[in-house]
Amino acid sequence: MRIHPEPPPAVELVDIHKRYGSVNANQGITLRFRPGAIHGILGENGAGKSTLMKILAGFTQKTRGRIRIHGVDVDFQAPAVASRLGIGMLYQEPVDFPVLSVLENFMIGQIRGFRLHRKAFRERFESLCTRLGFSLSPETPVRQLTPGERQQLEILRLLSMGTHVLILDEPTTGISSFQKETLFKALRTLAQEGKTIILVSHKLEDVESLCDRVSVLRHGKITGEMERPFDPNALLKMMFGSVPSPLKRPEIPAGAPLLILRDVSAPGDRSGLKACSAIIREKEVVALAGLEGSGQGVFMRLAAGLRAPVSGVLRLRDEGMHRKDGIAFQKKGVAFLPTARLEEGLIPGLSILEHVALKYCRGFRVHWNVARDQAARHIRYFRIKGDPEMPVESLSGGNQQRLMLSFLPDAPALLLLEKPTRGLDFESALWVWDHLFRYREKNTAVVFSSSELEEIFMVADRILVFYEGAVIRDIRAADTDIHELGSAIAGKA
Amino acid sequence: MSGSEWLLLFSGVVAGATPILLAALGETLTEKAGVINLSLDGTILLAAMVAFAVAFETQSAFLGCIAACLVGALVAAAVGLFSLKLGQSQVAVGFVLTLTARDLAYFLGNPYARLHGPQFSSVPIPILSDIPVLGPVLFQHNWMVYAGLGMIVLCWAYIYRTPMGLRLRAVGEDPRAAFARGENPVRLQWIYTLCGGFLVGAAGAAFSLFVKPGWGRPQGAEGTGWIALALVIFGGWHPMRAAAGAYLFSFLQVLGIYFQGWIPTVPAQVFQVAPFPLMIFTLLIIAYAQRTTIPREDRHRLRLKALLEVFSGAAPSALGKPLRPGSL
Repeated sequence: MRIHPEPPPAVELVDIHKRYGSVNANQGITLRFRPGAIHGILGENGAGKSTLMKILAGFTQKTRGRIRIHGVDVDFQAPAVASRLGIGMLYQEPVDFPVLSVLENFMIGQIRGFRLHRKAFRERFESLCTRLGFSLSPETPVRQLTPGERQQLEILRLLSMGTHVLILDEPTTGISSFQKETLFKALRTLAQEGKTIILVSHKLEDVESLCDRVSVLRHGKITGEMERPFDPNALLKMMFGSVPSPLKRPEIPAGAPLLILRDVSAPGDRSGLKACSAIIREKEVVALAGLEGSGQGVFMRLAAGLRAPVSGVLRLRDEGMHRKDGIAFQKKGVAFLPTARLEEGLIPGLSILEHVALKYCRGFRVHWNVARDQAARHIRYFRIKGDPEMPVESLSGGNQQRLMLSFLPDAPALLLLEKPTRGLDFESALWVWDHLFRYREKNTAVVFSSSELEEIFMVADRILVFYEGAVIRDIRAADTDIHELGSAIAGKA
Repeated sequence: MSGSEWLLLFSGVVAGATPILLAALGETLTEKAGVINLSLDGTILLAAMVAFAVAFETQSAFLGCIAACLVGALVAAAVGLFSLKLGQSQVAVGFVLTLTARDLAYFLGNPYARLHGPQFSSVPIPILSDIPVLGPVLFQHNWMVYAGLGMIVLCWAYIYRTPMGLRLRAVGEDPRAAFARGENPVRLQWIYTLCGGFLVGAAGAAFSLFVKPGWGRPQGAEGTGWIALALVIFGGWHPMRAAAGAYLFSFLQVLGIYFQGWIPTVPAQVFQVAPFPLMIFTLLIIAYAQRTTIPREDRHRLRLKALLEVFSGAAPSALGKPLRPGSL
């Protein structure tokens, strides 16, 4: 009997250190990645996963340590060097060119010389598409694609460039469950072809369903490794140091109708909103489900008074809100938390303290001591990791979200939350929901959108399913299941 | 007006548009890469002065033109040094350079004022110049006008039909993303800043070597740089449309001269100034086209939207926002 020797590692990271000023993002990380396997890197927000992967992709320079590819020491100064060695990374935020077409995006980075071989590239693109089961049209401008499609395009491009070590940083954030299935299927295919796949995620269920082996990062260090089959509790313990307690959802019956929409249509997003009718009641938690850009965003902005309906009636309690602006909605107790934290929610460049001052100080003088006290209160109560003088863009995503939550009014009538836990790890997400549930005791209705079906079932009383701008299902969460909801989202109602 | 007078008018439009055209094309190239070179107006004057001085000393209009191009590239290099290398605001650097280059031109150009020097002479292209209408309008000029015409096609083909052009657009859209794809954004921005400056220099030579021959104070090129900057925006950062704008502007200017003769009661200044508000009016049309209020799903107005999209064009997303060293 012959014992199969373990294949040599495709990539080895040896004792990687990375310092940003006084912050140790990576502290002596050693990892090996086998070809033909899917490796998971699991960890909560700010654990140092992205930093480590950016070092491997050549985007960021390490402070200390060694990278070995097929046993040879390498030293990258730029992503170009890494990609020549076959290492490609799908970044968390799309790194593409929205105004250019799909085909042009595909070509940038792999063309040289004087002629654009459009036809040849188009053929290569289409054959790769078929191989991985993606359907993208080469001439569409990238700005019209959903985040999931942009991700598919990027994967195709990386493969076309000869990538054999594919790094994916939080690829399942913000994409639909069907796109996730397509993605996972494609990744399995690639692994079978012998490629090395590295999946960075803070979501346990992604890693569980896809990976062969998982390494867990916590505070910039490896806290454990595990081969399939995984023990979820052990992994959670490695991630957080302890197993987080599950969410307690108080059962509260719904109250009087609060927000009433009748046949409301409005432009926006990819599909607009078409003849939408819905009623949101006090104390309810309502989820808006659907593929990215199916009308949920328009619904939220209508309900927040940020966009006016073209036709139909929108009422808050007994009052018609026709021709009223966002301020009038705010006065009625509507609060809206958009998903683009730094674009729509916070003001980049201003510190936490200045944000607090903006909220509390009116008139000609800024009472800095008052603002400082309030800022300290916000930071303490909402457990924000950061000090008052820090500019908001330097906070991590989770802490930005906590800061935005801290600015919500004390007893809003209607809370509109666009993907409130996007990019947050399990523990932070639980904290956010625990906090949001408390509003229900004050008669507040909570409306949120989410692409995570698990989250929807964990917190929602009722689900509105959006498809192509129309509400195709309005159902109590208790009366449906994940499978049924998944097919409704895809339009198979 | 008789047929031959019309031909003369349009021939004048084509020749007169050359400096604005070259400057607008150069700036389009630079801005496509995400760099704003605001020093155009001063650069054109300095280049015009150098072109005339060198042509006068060497008795060669061609050498004068080359010298002017190099001066244009030199001023652009200053923009590159201060904003790309040292990370200063491109707008502030551009403004200061405009004033510096203008004063430098007046100061250094003093000895050459009101002298008679060499000029570019017309070289009708055989065969092509015999084509009725098109021949006299397009093919009975000097070689700089031809170079300008050729440059329109060349710029367009380079930007939209070659790999280098695609990479150029990519850098102007998002230098970080371009870096992630293995480009060197700063190097590319340097290249196109210099190339753009080269063309702006040529615009200066076009002034002092045939459109408004000679050197003086004022030379007559003053203000052209600002128009060219506006044309880049008017053209939606597209070389063909910027060229169309240059010809439109030149046409309005020539027309003004004719109108002065026809309606002498109206003050001459009205016609001199008229092209400027007309340009603003065109900008308004573009701004309208870019408004998002026309719902995407509204099928009835698709034709209107298609029409408006011809005029529309978005600025390169990273315009004026270079990649900061250490921002990666």
